[in-house]
Amino acid sequence: MSSDKANKMDEPTHKTARLTIRKEELRDRYRVVIIGGGVSGCGLAYALAKMGVTDVLVLERKYLTAGATGRCGGGIRQQWATEENIRLAMGSVKRFEVLADELGYDIEYVQGGYLILNYDEKEDKESKKKVALQNRLGLDSRYISPEEAKEIVPELNTEGVISATFCQTDGHANPFWVTEGYALAARRMGTHIITGVEALGFKIDGRRIASVKTSAGEIGAEVVVNAAGAWSAELARKAGVWLPNKPYRHEILATEPYKHFLDPMIISFSKGIYFSQTKRGEIVGGIGDPHEPSSYNMKSSFRFVERMAREMTKIVPLLKNVNIVRQWAGLYDVTPDARPILGHVPELDNFIQMNGYSGHGFMIGPMVSRLIAELIVYGETKTMPIDTLSVTRFKDMDLSEVESSVVG
Amino acid sequence: MSRIICRCEDVTEEEIVEAIHMGFDTLEALKRHLRVGTGPCQGRTCTPLIMGILARETGKKPEELSLPTHRPPTRPLPIGAFAEFAEGDPALEEEP
Repeated sequence: MSSDKANKMDEPTHKTARLTIRKEELRDRYRVVIIGGGVSGCGLAYALAKMGVTDVLVLERKYLTAGATGRCGGGIRQQWATEENIRLAMGSVKRFEVLADELGYDIEYVQGGYLILNYDEKEDKESKKKVALQNRLGLDSRYISPEEAKEIVPELNTEGVISATFCQTDGHANPFWVTEGYALAARRMGTHIITGVEALGFKIDGRRIASVKTSAGEIGAEVVVNAAGAWSAELARKAGVWLPNKPYRHEILATEPYKHFLDPMIISFSKGIYFSQTKRGEIVGGIGDPHEPSSYNMKSSFRFVERMAREMTKIVPLLKNVNIVRQWAGLYDVTPDARPILGHVPELDNFIQMNGYSGHGFMIGPMVSRLIAELIVYGETKTMPIDTLSVTRFKDMDLSEVESSVVG
Repeated sequence: MSRIICRCEDVTEEEIVEAIHMGFDTLEALKRHLRVGTGPCQGRTCTPLIMGILARETGKKPEELSLPTHRPPTRPLPIGAFAEFAEGDPALEEEP
């Protein structure tokens, strides 16, 4: 049908541009091979293309966003506990704000805010410190009373709520479309993206990866990037590289579209719950399970929907009449301190890590993409240092700066 | 060509064919790109039709195409029903 137009790869038009290349079009060698077609891999491909580096291949074994990116709630939060995460998130929000225009692609970005509810003394006290740090870094977050929280969301049941924090510029977006937008923009600039091809191993030459062995043949690379999410440690092992990341199932559900009433994402750290209403009207959210063991399990459980339903209806009682249409699951790629692993590894000179996001990869994706692109092109980052996020921090197991604000 | 395939989300055959040729050539990829199969019927109406379109456009046999995972609930159910169930569930009593 559109096959004759789709062959014109060098100058694709917006309407008929083919996002992925065919196996026959794969080259023998690329300057950069990025393993993983989620928001990290595609975001990096775009950041590199913007810097003029398009001799790049994104290698995705299933379909774009098959991993955590395509299963997440799409939340974008700047209200973090550590300076590092706050800066990564604030930088990413600046990017999200202009991304739809820049990519020429709808990403359904909504800055409805994040309302964080505090139910115990500990989190109430901590949130005052967090807000002070966030404000110092230029974020417009505020510590508010339960009454003020109810003004923001009148449908809220404030029973048990001691205090709350709110940041208007927090929000959410469509993770599939953000990734597609990145991929399409990179593709138009000449980057290669292929799906259905898996990285099976590596050919190592001394301290360098010489090539990636894939299900479509061997592909040489100057630099290899590990953006494989929950499978990052498994992939790294194939290169003889140690990563401490472990996969953990996190479940999530969506309701049918409901008339719009909820602007912010509502979260509680003590309950481990988050939920928001998408542009389309569905309520999407999840609750963490402290008993969940590390695994690659992505099946759904009754336990999850019971616990989620119980807590959701306590917080917003009217939700008891809204229908759930689906529950699913994804994997958080978790590190010992819940902070990402970025940059080089001690074992090899050309194997860059871009993983370990522990449940918040989407929201810091744009900033991390830029930083890793800078690392590849300049040999060092320019926008922000990432030395403290190197995997070497685990050698001494220094967990003094633990990011406590993880949810879901 | 402008036949509606996904009735819940108003997606036409033309849009699906264009997406397939762009590279969204699996049901899961189409689901994320076009929202087909994510409405109240959760693909009950459109999935068989899209499988047929995918087979035709990609040249693969239907049995070579992967189906999306069956996920609960089997039909839309109110959150309140699950919340009530949670109240009486002894397995959840250990929770703080």
